[in-house]
Amino acid sequence: MSDFTSQFWSWYIIAIAGGGIIWLFILLRGNSKTTGKVGVPTGHVWDDNLEELNNPLPRWWLILFYITMFFAIGYLILYPGMGSYKGLLNWSETSAYNSEIKAAKAQYGPLFDKYLKENLVVLSKDKKANKIGERLFVTYCAVCHGSDARGARGFPNLRDHDWLYGGEAKTIQTTILNGRQAAMPAWEGALGKEGVNQVANYVMSLSGRKVNEKLAAQGKKKFAMYCVACHGSNGKGSYLNHIPGMGAPNLTDNIWLYGGSPRTIKQTIAKGRNGKMPAHKDFLGKAKVHLLAAYVYSLSNSSQ
Amino acid sequence: MTDQTMINTGEVYDYSVVRKFAIMTVVLGIVGMLVGLLIASQLAWPVMNFDIPWLTFGRLRPLHTNSVIFGFGGCALFATSYYVVQRTCHTRLFSPALAEFTFWGWMLIIVLAVITLPMGYTTSKEYAELEWPIDILITIVWVAYAVVFFGTIAKRRVKHIYVANWFFGAFILTIALLHVVNSAEIPVSLTKSYSAYAGVQDAMVQWWYGHNAVGFFLTAGFLGIMYYFIPKQAGRPVYSYRLSVVHFWALAFTYMWAGPHHLHYTALPDWTQSLGMAFSLILLAPSWGGMINGIMTLSGAWYKLRDDPILKFLIVSVSFYGMSTFEGPMMAIKTVNALSHYTDWTIGHVHSGALGWVAMVSIGAIYALIPKLFNTEIYSKKLIEIHFWIATLGIVLYITAMWIAGIMEGLMWRAVNSDGTLTYSFVESVQAVHPFYIVRFGGGVLFLSGMLIMAYNVFKTVAKGKAVNDAPVPMPAMAAAH
Repeated sequence: MSDFTSQFWSWYIIAIAGGGIIWLFILLRGNSKTTGKVGVPTGHVWDDNLEELNNPLPRWWLILFYITMFFAIGYLILYPGMGSYKGLLNWSETSAYNSEIKAAKAQYGPLFDKYLKENLVVLSKDKKANKIGERLFVTYCAVCHGSDARGARGFPNLRDHDWLYGGEAKTIQTTILNGRQAAMPAWEGALGKEGVNQVANYVMSLSGRKVNEKLAAQGKKKFAMYCVACHGSNGKGSYLNHIPGMGAPNLTDNIWLYGGSPRTIKQTIAKGRNGKMPAHKDFLGKAKVHLLAAYVYSLSNSSQ
Repeated sequence: MTDQTMINTGEVYDYSVVRKFAIMTVVLGIVGMLVGLLIASQLAWPVMNFDIPWLTFGRLRPLHTNSVIFGFGGCALFATSYYVVQRTCHTRLFSPALAEFTFWGWMLIIVLAVITLPMGYTTSKEYAELEWPIDILITIVWVAYAVVFFGTIAKRRVKHIYVANWFFGAFILTIALLHVVNSAEIPVSLTKSYSAYAGVQDAMVQWWYGHNAVGFFLTAGFLGIMYYFIPKQAGRPVYSYRLSVVHFWALAFTYMWAGPHHLHYTALPDWTQSLGMAFSLILLAPSWGGMINGIMTLSGAWYKLRDDPILKFLIVSVSFYGMSTFEGPMMAIKTVNALSHYTDWTIGHVHSGALGWVAMVSIGAIYALIPKLFNTEIYSKKLIEIHFWIATLGIVLYITAMWIAGIMEGLMWRAVNSDGTLTYSFVESVQAVHPFYIVRFGGGVLFLSGMLIMAYNVFKTVAKGKAVNDAPVPMPAMAAAH
C-alpha cells in the first residue's frame, strides 16, 4: 500500500526535502567564514540612526544548526520520510501498533481469559473480578453512562432496575457484545401538532402526573393506534410486554431517558429518538465483555 | 555617527493609519484577553457559561483566538509595519487612502468575527474559523495591505531594504498564500461552506496553514517589530547583518515543513510525520538566530535595561521567544509528543509564545510608538514598569500551571494497572488539573490587569498629546565610509 500515486511524487518529495537540507548547508557554509572584524558596521543607515554590524555567525549557533541537520539526515535514513523509502529500521506506525497490541495481549490476555468460563452471576460477587470490571467500565463506558453508571440524558441509568432490553446477566452481556439500536420514529407527520400534544398528555398521565384530562382522553385513542406496538397497550414498554429487541421504554415509571418535561416529551414524540449502544465484541473481545457484564449486573444486584 | 544635518524631502509621514491601528491594538488586546479569561474561568468553573449558548466555550474559544491573534496581533503588525516601512524607506506610505481602507476593512472583519463566532458560524478550521464571505473580505484587505507595503518599499529613497521589512514582507506574502489555499471552500449558503479538501489531506492543509500562521503571522511579523524597535530603543546597531540574512532564509524555508507535527500518530502517512518532525528540529537554530540578534544587539548597553521598562518588555519578549522555540522542536519529537499531545502542555507552550513573545514585544513597541505618534512623552513610565512586572508574573503563573497540568495529564492517561487496564479514568485527570486551571485563571487576571493599566497610560498620553500629521520625511543619512 503506497501513499503515492506514482513514483514521480516519491522522487518529488525526496528532491525538495533533500534539496532543502542541502540548500541549508550551502547557506550556512557560504556565510560561516569569520572574515571581517567584530563590531564593524555594514555602512548602511536607516531612519537617522539604525545601523547594522556585520559580526560573524556565533560559532555555537552554527554547531547547533549542523547538529540538528545531521540528526534530521540520520533520522530520515533510519525512518520512513524520503518519499516511499521505508527507512533502514523498516519501522511503521501500523507495525509498531500491532506489535504493542500483540505484546499486551500476550501479557494481559490470560488475566482476563481465566474468568471466561465462570458463571456471570457468580462472577458478579467476585471482588477481584468486579475491580477489573469497574476499571474497564470507567475507561470504556463512563463517557456515556457516567463514572457512577447512573447514566445521563439519552444514556440509561444502569443502577435503577429499569431495563430497556432486560437486566438478566446474559442479556446485559448480549447488549454489550452486539450493541443495541433503538428507533423511536418521528410522529409529527402522522399525529399533527395537536395530536402530539394529546399523546404527550396521555403519556404523562400513565405515571400519575397531573394532565389535561380532555387532551389525555383523546391522546389515549391515538396511543392505542400508533404506540402500543412497541410500548404495549399498558404503556409498560417492550421488555415487560415481552416484545424482544425493541428497547421501547416503560412509560409508567416516571423514569425518562431523554427528559420528562412536557416540552421534551412532546419533542420526543414529534421528532423521534435514535438511541445507539455500540457493539463491543470486536473492540474489547469476549473476555473483557464477560467481566464488564458481570460488573454491570452487580450494580443493581449486589444487595441480593 | 553620521552627518546630522537633516535635509527634508518636503513630504510628511502618514501617521494617521498608524495611530488608529496602535490604539486598536490596545482595545482589541483587552477584548481578546477578556474573552480568554472568561473561557479560562469556564474550564475552572463550568457554571461561568451561564447556560447561554453564545457564551459557551466552544463558541468563545475561536473568538478568543481570532481576537487576540488577528485583532490584537494583527493591529500591532499593521501599526508597526506601516510605521517602520515609512521610516526605514524614507518615504510616505504608498496610497494612504488604501492604507485607510485596510484599517476599516480589518475592523469590519473583527466585528463580523465578534458577531458570527458566538452565533456558531464556523468552518471548524482552527485559526481559520471565519466563514467564506469573511474569508473573501480578508483576502481583499490583505491584497490592499500588500499593495501599500510593497508599494512603499518600491518608492523608497534608500538602496538597501532594512531587515525589519524583509520580515514584514515575508509575513504579508506568506499569509496571503496560506489564507487562500487553506480557505478554499465550497459555499452551500451565505453562512456555511465545506472545505475543498477531504480527510487527512484537509487536516494536512489545515496544519500547514496553522503552523505557518504561527511561523509567519506570529513569528516573522513580530521579528520585524523586534528588528526595528530593539535597536531603536537601545540606540545600538543590530548585532549581525550576516546572521539576519541566514536566519531569515532558513526560517522562511524550514517553517513550511513543520505542520505535520500537529498530526503525529494520526492517519497522516508515516513519511509526512517524519519529515515534519525532522524539519521541526532543524527549525530550532533559525529561530534562535532571531533571539541572538535581538539580545546581542543590547550587548554593551545592558545598563539601559535598568531604567527603561520598554526595553525590558522587548528583551523579555525575545527571551520567551527563545524559550518557546526551544520547547516547540522538543514537543515535535514523536516520543515527546506522545506524552504532550492533547494535553494542557500544548496550551502552555502556545501561551509562552503568545503572551511571552507576541504580546510582550507588541506592548513594548506600542509604548514606544504612542508618544511619537502624539508628539509627547509617555504619561507614566512608572506604570509601564508596573505593567511589565504584572504581565511577567502572569505569564509565569500561566505557563507553569499548564506545564504541570499537561505533564500530569499525559502521565495519568498512559498509566496502566498490572492487568493492563487504565489506572485513571478521564474524569480523574480532569479533577487533578482543576487546581491548575484556577492558577491559570489567576495568571490571566494578572495579564489582563496589565493591559488595563496600559490602556489608562495610553489614554492619558494621548489626552495630553497632539496627533501629529506633519512629521517630516528626512533624506536618508549619508553613510560614513568604511
